[in-house]
Amino acid sequence: MPLTPELRRGFWRTMCLSRAFDDAMIALYWEGKLPIFQFGAGPLPGELHCSNGAEPVGAGVCAALGPEDMITADHRPHHVAVARGVDLDRMAAELLGRRTGLSQGKGGHMHIYDPAVNFASSGIIAEGMAVAAGMALARRLQKRPGIAVAFIGEGAANQGAFHEVCNMVGLWKLPVVVVVQDNEWAVSTGKRESTAVERNSDRASAYAMAGEWVGTNDPDDIFLAAERAVARARAGEGGTILELRTARLAGHFMGDQQAYIPAQMKQVDPLPLYREKLIRDGVLSAEEADAIAAEAKARIARAVEFAKASPWPEPAEAMAHVFAGEPA
Amino acid sequence: MSRILTMARAGREALDWEMERRPEIVCLGEDVFKMGGIFGTMDGFGAKYGPERVISTPISETGFIGMAAGAAMAGMHPVVDLAYIDFIGVCYNVLLNCASKTHYMSGGAVKVPMTLLIGTGGGYNNAAQHSQCLHATVAHIPGVKVVYPSNAYDAKGMLHTALRDDNFVIYLTHKGTAGVGWMGPPIPTTLAEVPEEPYTVPFGRVKVYREGTDVTVTGLGMSVHEALKAAAELEKEGISVEVVDLRSLVPLDREGIMESVAKTGRLVVTDEDYLSYGVSGEVIATVAERDPGVFKKPPVRVTMPDIPIPFSRPLEQAVLPLAGRIADAVRRLMS
Repeated sequence: MPLTPELRRGFWRTMCLSRAFDDAMIALYWEGKLPIFQFGAGPLPGELHCSNGAEPVGAGVCAALGPEDMITADHRPHHVAVARGVDLDRMAAELLGRRTGLSQGKGGHMHIYDPAVNFASSGIIAEGMAVAAGMALARRLQKRPGIAVAFIGEGAANQGAFHEVCNMVGLWKLPVVVVVQDNEWAVSTGKRESTAVERNSDRASAYAMAGEWVGTNDPDDIFLAAERAVARARAGEGGTILELRTARLAGHFMGDQQAYIPAQMKQVDPLPLYREKLIRDGVLSAEEADAIAAEAKARIARAVEFAKASPWPEPAEAMAHVFAGEPA
Repeated sequence: MSRILTMARAGREALDWEMERRPEIVCLGEDVFKMGGIFGTMDGFGAKYGPERVISTPISETGFIGMAAGAAMAGMHPVVDLAYIDFIGVCYNVLLNCASKTHYMSGGAVKVPMTLLIGTGGGYNNAAQHSQCLHATVAHIPGVKVVYPSNAYDAKGMLHTALRDDNFVIYLTHKGTAGVGWMGPPIPTTLAEVPEEPYTVPFGRVKVYREGTDVTVTGLGMSVHEALKAAAELEKEGISVEVVDLRSLVPLDREGIMESVAKTGRLVVTDEDYLSYGVSGEVIATVAERDPGVFKKPPVRVTMPDIPIPFSRPLEQAVLPLAGRIADAVRRLMS
């Protein structure tokens, strides 16, 4: 698929929607947590890992996928979920622990499941590697189309699961794209402090996988690289480790002061850059770009309203859904 | 038609029957294609079903059991052979956080139907890393069913049930009960008349192997057979022992346990797993919570003590919950 103006406007729309979602959640998150911070307080309790800065990854990669493809994401799932088309109202309701949430309030923000768009996430680092590979294996056995994409962070590339699964993806030429989102930080541990190689995409040669690296955090470049990886997977040529340099503008989780980040490592917000680029390229006028951003904010405001107006689950519902096939 | 079978052959029959009819069932594990799994549950399946459905994996338990969970989420029913339960340490996250919790965390939107076959137990001098039972360690995780047949009839029926369940089921077999060549001749009480036709044995019901009136002895896996040996000895001394096989840890038939102890008033709990924080305490708590007044004497536990399992024969034999220890415990309760 060529990089059409329509596609690029779509990237902008997706990135704005994702940013609006996170900004709205951040605002909700701080309600009830000031002046004394406490994870469990307020309308949006628990840990919250926001995707601000990583929007180009979700927008670019998901645009290269079809509806039959499957995604696993990690503890920072919002940008991928939004780009994939996960139901925004029900996702917002899930973050607020409401009965109308995707999981009826049993998952929360790290555990987003929307089978309607083949999306799942997990809060355990690198857990989605094997799940994605298993989904790809299932489609091969079922003789149904569909590849799988595991979104992980650069820190997850040091987990055993990453290496075990990459080996099997290479061995069995499974149609899996491993998207390593390098935001430079695993909580406070820098990539250079934890990783023996500069680029995780270089590790691909150890597993007979393809490796690609994109250093721009620009959805155009990410899309083109993802499309190549997806094409290889669909053609039966096996998996790719696609490492994407990205950003983590809102810290590991809310409340992370990020004092460990030196001034010279301050990260750049990709949204204004992409907005300028589209205007420069004549894809959008400034007014059109801002109208799309405003529309995104309005859509998320409706999702927040939906969530806030939704009922809480009944306490007795805690006992349901431990096992399938039992009365809920 | 029925025949006398070992547990291993009976289990194989159930898996074969289901695989013939259900393309969503695939086998994964180390050496399963050429060797058919630790107990031969998949014996000959490589030739019969081919490498697509009988997948020998690298030694990467986190990877392939996690993949089984992913395949289950995408509509398959993987059957995974993990050989020894001692190896759960290298894939525990998949059990603890993924396969067991996905259905709940998705509010019922995502099912993970998969069956994990694991061998347990010692008694053959294989030391501390290849002799453990650890069934309490997996039964403690919410969201996983744990079953533990101890005879060929249950082995077949419970495997059919597991393969038709929409959940993550851990199907345990004590190595000594399976009736495989490398563990010596089969234990007679593990053998059973097994119908050729498929049938299911429901989870969550105890099996009373022999009825008795003086003492209830509960067991699971191998300890059932040690309890049966003890019961036969004690019968000669005029003590009537009821032997109850728990056979399903999750769900656990708490009423079935209570019913037996309410009748006998005396309880010996046998368990080859470690003493503390495990099934033996759970069984006693089950009775105590319902009515501690049924106990004529305080209950007794005969289990593996809280030690790494020793290698040397006299050391291991001294700590296993064997018939002699069980009989002594019963005699103490009757004195």
